[in-house]
Amino acid sequence: MKLYDYVLSPSCYKIRLLAALVGVELTLRPVDFHPGGEHRGPELLALNPAGAIPILEDDDVLLTESSAMLVYIASRAAPEWLGDGSAREGARIQQWLSFSHRLTATLGSARLHEMLLRPGDIRGLQSAGKQALRELEAALTEQRLSDVEFLVCDHPTIADIACFPYVALAPDGGISLEPYPSIRLWQRAIRALQHFIEMPGIHRLHELRPAPVRPEQGA
Amino acid sequence: MTRQPMIDEWYPVGLVSKLSTTGQDTMLMGQPVHVALGNGGEPLVTAQSRRFPVISRFGHVWTSLGEPKKDLFAIPEAYQPGRRFVDVGVVRVRCSPLRAVENFLDIAHFPFVHTDILGAEPHTEVQRYEVEIREREDEVWATKIHFYQPQAAKSAEGGITTEYMYRVPAPTCSILYKTCPPRPGEWDVITLFVQPLGEELCDVWPWMALFDDTTPMVDLIHFQQLIFLQDRSILENQMPRLLPLDPAMEIPTRADMTSVAYRRWLKRHNYTYGAQLVAQ
Repeated sequence: MKLYDYVLSPSCYKIRLLAALVGVELTLRPVDFHPGGEHRGPELLALNPAGAIPILEDDDVLLTESSAMLVYIASRAAPEWLGDGSAREGARIQQWLSFSHRLTATLGSARLHEMLLRPGDIRGLQSAGKQALRELEAALTEQRLSDVEFLVCDHPTIADIACFPYVALAPDGGISLEPYPSIRLWQRAIRALQHFIEMPGIHRLHELRPAPVRPEQGA
Repeated sequence: MTRQPMIDEWYPVGLVSKLSTTGQDTMLMGQPVHVALGNGGEPLVTAQSRRFPVISRFGHVWTSLGEPKKDLFAIPEAYQPGRRFVDVGVVRVRCSPLRAVENFLDIAHFPFVHTDILGAEPHTEVQRYEVEIREREDEVWATKIHFYQPQAAKSAEGGITTEYMYRVPAPTCSILYKTCPPRPGEWDVITLFVQPLGEELCDVWPWMALFDDTTPMVDLIHFQQLIFLQDRSILENQMPRLLPLDPAMEIPTRADMTSVAYRRWLKRHNYTYGAQLVAQ
């Protein structure tokens, strides 16, 4: 699989992260997004008229939406990342994949404004981003009350991967994560996954002590 | 109020390659300025009725709000034949411009912030190196720095012990000379040019002049952006936000010799825009 990639793009990182977690090898084709603006050049516009990255190519499959890429990679290599096949889990995953676009449009745009000087109404973006974070915090808190660490079920799914990067990088856009304890614990659970990879602004765990083992239910 | 001597220094305000006739609005030390391409193809930096002095050098447009007493510094090595110039592009950071430079001068954070690239545990020791304020040039220099790096440059294959020299020729600019893996005996030139927008906000313009004929340009840009963006989140969380120049504020260690010299040099010249003079 060939990924048109930018090292600072959270959407590209979603694909790199899932591929690393499930052991899929990607061929990276770096795109000069900043300062070059290569994603709006003729070669990439021919692949994605929307002028955005990532773009994923695999034989005759060409994908330009990161959520579709997550579905594709999980279907090929790790179906457990798509839930248990039930209507309930399948639909909840779809719910979060759609929600993740709100994170991109708010937290992601705030980050591009604050970091790479892209235009935008920064106060509006930050306030809409905080609203999305509050919804995510509420959902994760409910999950934790049922002793579940992840968004949909007791193991990570593509829903977690779709939402994680823009949330983790919210501080890049001037939005603190301090008010959201459930989000912080959820991020820690994702960063602790075997084969986790980092990107600039998302550091690996440097904890000196291992995470405490959670007692089994009823034990 | 006394005049801030940093007003007479040169600062980067844009990439020469990105100039346009419509131009860009930006900020320099709290002063809004407009950077554009003039009719004769020359860069213009203006604010309402004022027109500021301009220099095009090292891929960037430079200007000054005051009356520069000397030319913008030179980097003779950068113009050796065979080098490739890399415009890395702007990154905005919510930190003091002086803190951005000081972080660039620090080696001790490599294993912890740039893990497995510019440093790795357990190779965390910073060995003794030399630091001086060169009186004739009026620059801070740190030399004979040796550090083990897993991937020192895009062109490096595996871990090597890299030699570094740092130079601070202006209060918000630093130049790093670094072992050049494909061409032993020469130095790669990696710079950090910082545009102070305010005392706690800056635009950072990294630029490089490298001997590397094989790595695609986009990979060189991304390598440097990766490194700098790992620093950005750290810089935005440093406290106090202004760089402390009061020696009572912090206890430096041997690894901080360059930082100590930089702060001393800033204080000597009263370069205090973005600095905190008295511990608070």
